[in-house]
Amino acid sequence: MARAATTADAFNAIAEPRRREILDVLAGGEHAVNDLVAVLGLTQPQVSKHLRVLREVGAVDVRDEGRQRLYRLNGPALKPIHDWVKNYERSWSKRFDLLDDVLDQLKDKEQGDVGDK
Amino acid sequence: MSVTSSGKATVTLPTDEQILITREFDAPKHLVYKAYTTPELVMRWWSGHRGTMSIAEIDLRVGGQWRYVMEAEAGFEVAFHGEFREIEPNERLVNNEVYEGAPEAGAALCSATFTEVDGRTTLSLLSELGSREVRDMIIATGMEGGAQEGMDLLEDVAISLR
Repeated sequence: MARAATTADAFNAIAEPRRREILDVLAGGEHAVNDLVAVLGLTQPQVSKHLRVLREVGAVDVRDEGRQRLYRLNGPALKPIHDWVKNYERSWSKRFDLLDDVLDQLKDKEQGDVGDK
Repeated sequence: MSVTSSGKATVTLPTDEQILITREFDAPKHLVYKAYTTPELVMRWWSGHRGTMSIAEIDLRVGGQWRYVMEAEAGFEVAFHGEFREIEPNERLVNNEVYEGAPEAGAALCSATFTEVDGRTTLSLLSELGSREVRDMIIATGMEGGAQEGMDLLEDVAISLR
């Protein structure tokens, strides 16, 4: 359970809404920082800061092409989070399906009570 | 990191120490609140399909205690307990929650909000995990499961802070 004193892990990386937006854009393909600046309406330093966090956790990869640095999504780094969210979602969905049944009965009962009056 | 589809729970991670679960129900909020806070009714849904609840105790007042125990089909017991912090009938419920399998991890703070529109109620469950250690424990529990059915059981329940 020991952790390094850093704010950067994959969950932290995707907890920030702007970083999620960056990941969404990169999911559509490789982009230069300037593309991201244009799409997101942030300043270049802001985008660069977010990209740095995403790189630290391996969520994005970068390569140099000429004078440009191109960023792309590294899906496998995010898969554990995706899997976990899916599992968590599934377990709550099963639970809530049963709650639906309980609610249906409560509704019937309430309508029955009203009908009796 | 969210999937929206009617009738399914949606899980999002608003910050790195929070988990938010939302779900819409085809019922007015006073009934959802009732099903959420009445022991006999909680017994019928809280364990999902993965076991049977043996205990649901709810002392519904501020400072009152609650405790849920489930007998998993695999033969082990999973228990949570906590204390009610805020109670606004049919609107909002705040309680803390300790997973008895790892009490040293501390308590999560859970807020349930009931919002009704046109007779349908959206239940929002926000778990504030208090520390990244708690969150990491929950995540680790959920991930170790993999595809194994036995571990599936454990993760379904053990990770379900509420």
